[in-house]
Amino acid sequence: MAATASPKKPFRWHILVFLAPAVLVYTAIMILPLAGTLQLSLFRNIERSQTFVGLQNFRTLFGDPNWSAGFWNALRNNVWFFIVHMLVQNPIGILLAALLSSPRLRFSTFYRTAIFVPTVLSFVVVGFAWKLILSPLWGVAPNLLDLIGLKSLFTPWLGKEAYALTTLALISVWQFVGIPMMLIYAALLSIPDEVIEAAECDGVTGWSQFWKIKLPLILPAIGIISVLTFVGNFNAFDLIYSAQGALAGPNYSTDILGTFLYRAFFGFQLQVGNPNMGAAIATMMFLIILAGVCIYLFLIQTRLRRYQF
Amino acid sequence: MKTKLFTALLLGSSVLGAAGTAHAQDVTLNIESWRNDDLAIWQEKLIPAFEAKNPGIKVVFSPSAPTEYDAALGAKLQAGSAGDLITCRPFDKSLDLYNKKNLADLTTLPGMENFSDVAKAAWTTDDGKANFCVPMASVIHGFIYNKDAFDKLGIKVPQTRDEFFAALDKIKADGTYVPMAMGTKDLWEAATMGYQNIGPNYWKGEEGRLALIKGEQKLTDADWVAPYAELAKWKPYLGDGFEAQTYPDSQNLFTLGRAAIYPSGSWEISVFNTQAQFKMGAFPPPVEKAGDTCYISDHNDIGMGLNAASKNADAAKKFLTWVASPEFATIYANALPGFFSLNSSPVKMEDPLAQEFVSWREKCKPTIRSTYQILSRGTPNLENETWVESANVINGTDTPEAAAKKLQDGLDAWYKPAK
Repeated sequence: MAATASPKKPFRWHILVFLAPAVLVYTAIMILPLAGTLQLSLFRNIERSQTFVGLQNFRTLFGDPNWSAGFWNALRNNVWFFIVHMLVQNPIGILLAALLSSPRLRFSTFYRTAIFVPTVLSFVVVGFAWKLILSPLWGVAPNLLDLIGLKSLFTPWLGKEAYALTTLALISVWQFVGIPMMLIYAALLSIPDEVIEAAECDGVTGWSQFWKIKLPLILPAIGIISVLTFVGNFNAFDLIYSAQGALAGPNYSTDILGTFLYRAFFGFQLQVGNPNMGAAIATMMFLIILAGVCIYLFLIQTRLRRYQF
Repeated sequence: MKTKLFTALLLGSSVLGAAGTAHAQDVTLNIESWRNDDLAIWQEKLIPAFEAKNPGIKVVFSPSAPTEYDAALGAKLQAGSAGDLITCRPFDKSLDLYNKKNLADLTTLPGMENFSDVAKAAWTTDDGKANFCVPMASVIHGFIYNKDAFDKLGIKVPQTRDEFFAALDKIKADGTYVPMAMGTKDLWEAATMGYQNIGPNYWKGEEGRLALIKGEQKLTDADWVAPYAELAKWKPYLGDGFEAQTYPDSQNLFTLGRAAIYPSGSWEISVFNTQAQFKMGAFPPPVEKAGDTCYISDHNDIGMGLNAASKNADAAKKFLTWVASPEFATIYANALPGFFSLNSSPVKMEDPLAQEFVSWREKCKPTIRSTYQILSRGTPNLENETWVESANVINGTDTPEAAAKKLQDGLDAWYKPAK
């Protein structure tokens, strides 16, 4: 087509050449495994050979109460995990960014680094460290509470069905609060001084300046953070696994999609792994994340107003 | 000076290089295992003993974490990167590997005649025709106690359940020690050291276990619910915040001398001997009335098999024959007191605690863990569910009856006993 429309122009090979590395790498490490997973979820091991069974695995996943109860439980827990992040991590991140960008704050670089450091720590370190901090036997949490006379408030949080998941979500918030803080901090810094000065001329200062001028300008950044949090939370696995083990106790109360997938795919102790059911769960996770991201892209992002300076 | 150093370096590297080529003809065998606690014993005692007699064969023991072993091994076998020798879990896990042709048939391996059929049972096909792992050891469940604490409080070793709970009450009233070191966070303690430990006395060991497999008994029968009722009574005797107490926490609590009784198994002996500063004793699960027949869980725990895809099968078979020999049994049982040899030739053990455990074999009837053979083949997995429900019962979030019903319902969902 291009050749006939403008016969003099040679085929633009450089476009292909420059795109090729990224396309090849992305295909090899992302698209092929994804397609492989989708394919695996349509097969089943019958008489020691992989047989195509259509959507049977999904029918088992949703129709067999032994599987579906586990799946809905994991999904419910995952949604709660996400809600805690949205309600705690993002407001704290915005607050910290607002404080950091205040010109009167001293040592702001130190605070910024200190708050961001946990983000680069390994999950295993974070899980293990918090398990120790909260340990009823050797942890610092019971002792510290005792010092201020609040020992009665301490319970074995990671061992109680009612608290374990929320505790883990808050640990994860502690670890990752640096990311929304940094992104929003950058967005706040990019607001031109002229806008702020104009607001001050109109008598909009302090918190009302934050709510009326700055917040609308950083909304796109908050949107991006929400999507990142959503994807991160629905792919989460490491923290639960390192703190609670693959059975996500007590009584599956901290089981999220990642740990549910792990047990199904690889098996656990006497349970033999079932890669096909595992792939079916992975496919569901992919669809859930895809749906979430699409909702954001098509319903929310298109309505966000952008300002050009 | 500089040139000298440089020459020395060159010389050194050439010597090392030469040494490297000399060893290149050696066969190196890799052992896959979940027993990372045993690394030192393999490296310092077992492997040197084998290598001294078999020049040209090098053995490397490369364990992974116990909870990750099965998943990691499965992935490695599929990728073809698994070691030559595979430490075998008992029953279905290994049977599955054999059926997938990951484990080689060892029925005719020289040395297999050193084991009884019962010892080989955990690594035999359902029809009893093929063996695929050399039995290494079994573990015995029971209670380890702090002798100093018992002496101080004037408590005698409990024989019956009433005495057992009276002892716990006394320790609790005294307040110096946590009566029992156990947590429910890791779940498996509740099932393995709790339910499977005290259970055989209720369901009469093999009799109940086999009846369960045949479908003649159900988990909701009185004999199977009763151990849960007893577990529920343990709650007040556990440490503060036991819900978040992990397995290593419990071990430390006991070895630091802060707890009096540790529901456990013989596999702890070697670790405890090096860590505990006080005298320890052990007693089997208490029976209802003095003089009742006692039942203990003497569980086939470890075997070793040959990776069917191994490129060094001949050398690996040589090693396995050695594993089946009385020499290995003696070194192993003494280096790892608490892992009792399954070899038919009697093994002399030095450790008093290990002798105490193994002496129960004479007065009690042995059985294996009820969930291991056949019953954990489906989904939901009975063993995993037993972990979760045992912890729930001790936490008080499920009644014994509700827990038993959940387990039986889960089992009924897929298990149809052969008529």
